[in-house]
Amino acid sequence: MNAIEIRNLNFFYGSYQGLKNINLDIEERKVTAFIGPSGCGKSTLLRSLNRMYDLYPGQKAEGEINFYGENILNSNRDLNLLRSRIGMVFQKPTPFPMSIYENIAFGVALYEKLSRSEMDDRVEWALNKAALWGEVKDKLRQSGLSLSGGQQQRLCIARGVAVKPSVLLLDEPTSALDPISTAKIEELINELKTDYTIVIVTHNMQQAARVSDFTAYMYMGNLIEFGKTDEIFIKPKRKETEDYITGRFG
Amino acid sequence: MNEAIFARRKRANRIGLALSIFAMACGMLFLFWILGILLFKGFSAIHLSMFLDSTPAPGSDGGGLANAIVGSLLLVGCCTLISTPIGVMAGIYLSEYGDKSRVASITRFVTDIMLSAPSIVIGLFVYALVVAQVKHFSGWAGTIALALIAIPVVVRTTENMLRLVPGSLREAAYALGAPKWKVSLFITLRAAQSGVMTGVLLALARVSGETAPLLFTALNNQFFSTDMNAPMANLPVVIFQFAMSPYENWVNLAWGGALLITFAVLGLNILARVVFREKVQG
Repeated sequence: MNAIEIRNLNFFYGSYQGLKNINLDIEERKVTAFIGPSGCGKSTLLRSLNRMYDLYPGQKAEGEINFYGENILNSNRDLNLLRSRIGMVFQKPTPFPMSIYENIAFGVALYEKLSRSEMDDRVEWALNKAALWGEVKDKLRQSGLSLSGGQQQRLCIARGVAVKPSVLLLDEPTSALDPISTAKIEELINELKTDYTIVIVTHNMQQAARVSDFTAYMYMGNLIEFGKTDEIFIKPKRKETEDYITGRFG
Repeated sequence: MNEAIFARRKRANRIGLALSIFAMACGMLFLFWILGILLFKGFSAIHLSMFLDSTPAPGSDGGGLANAIVGSLLLVGCCTLISTPIGVMAGIYLSEYGDKSRVASITRFVTDIMLSAPSIVIGLFVYALVVAQVKHFSGWAGTIALALIAIPVVVRTTENMLRLVPGSLREAAYALGAPKWKVSLFITLRAAQSGVMTGVLLALARVSGETAPLLFTALNNQFFSTDMNAPMANLPVVIFQFAMSPYENWVNLAWGGALLITFAVLGLNILARVVFREKVQG
């Protein structure tokens, strides 16, 4: 089953067209990776999926993005509610300037009224999901900013998971991290996909090959090739994809 | 490297350095001169009765500044309570909501004018607006005048501090489905908290030494009073009147008050720096 179906999506930064007629299905509870050289539109595509672009005047999307059958580009769509269903983790870790506990409770409290003990359980559950509980369980009251970069990023993943969205968007989640933290987060992505639909943008081809089930190769705002990751990496149909993957280009 | 060029650069460097040190020394000289005279003349005036007794009547001995100290604290305190919420909210509007809109640009422009407006003009304005209407000087009028001076300072520092908060932090909060007002209040403002506090403290330091706007509004009161509807004693105006009086004990009290106010302002400035530094170090 498809969680998201993108139809004839065009995206504009003012008069510049960032995405050109994208058609793509994102399967439920699978990891879909967007790869391609810088400026190819992969982050733009990702940010269309939770309408993050709406924060900036002058950016607009045309076409359809159907999220379980409902077009999220409809202007009457409640964006806050949408974003609580489609979570996002960014390239640079962005812990809020509050305690580790509050970092997670903040998002949960937006849409759920939980008792103190239910909230405690939820925080522990989310931190466990992000494989961070063991490292922070004794310092939940400390600032989220006191953690290391890799821990901060896992805190951001925990924060995203805690609100129980159905889709998680990851925008180059490991590009600011060291190899050990990267490995931990990749492991995490593998575990999270049993419950969540995951879309990841990555610059790192090996990472796309390791973690994703499907891969989309993009170039200059066009979707060049999309398919099962194994097929894309072993026998791409298009010459451009092969050139990029083998490092002859980009 | 050519030896001649190298030697010339060293010489130019020495001249530049000497000029900078001279400029700094000029600035420091006057600062320490002022502080030195204040300490020398004011220190002898500072004794316990200065904090306990009210300002003396003409010709009587002794006396203190208790009424002026309490009056100043009340005026500045009420000014803080009024100007902080208004200034912070306006700053949030400018940074998070208005941005490049027309209303925001005009607000910003007017705020900048207010920042550099002579304080005596603000005093006269409040005189015409409040004092002339109710027909008497009052603590409230003084508070309003001080607040009008403090608000622009708070607005601009709040806006600047909020702008320093990286957009990625706001995006992260929006990505959880948080509505805009919650993002602004609980994430952005919180991230800029200590910078905003610094702005408030600097505004306080600015208004606590203002004399001109109080001359037309709070005026002065020889007696101890905490009635904000009546004229209220305050340090700057007392210093102004006492320093020009013929009585020796009055002049001494003026020096003492000047010393007190200078160190209060200095303290506020240092506190502002400490608060801001703590934030920067995480």
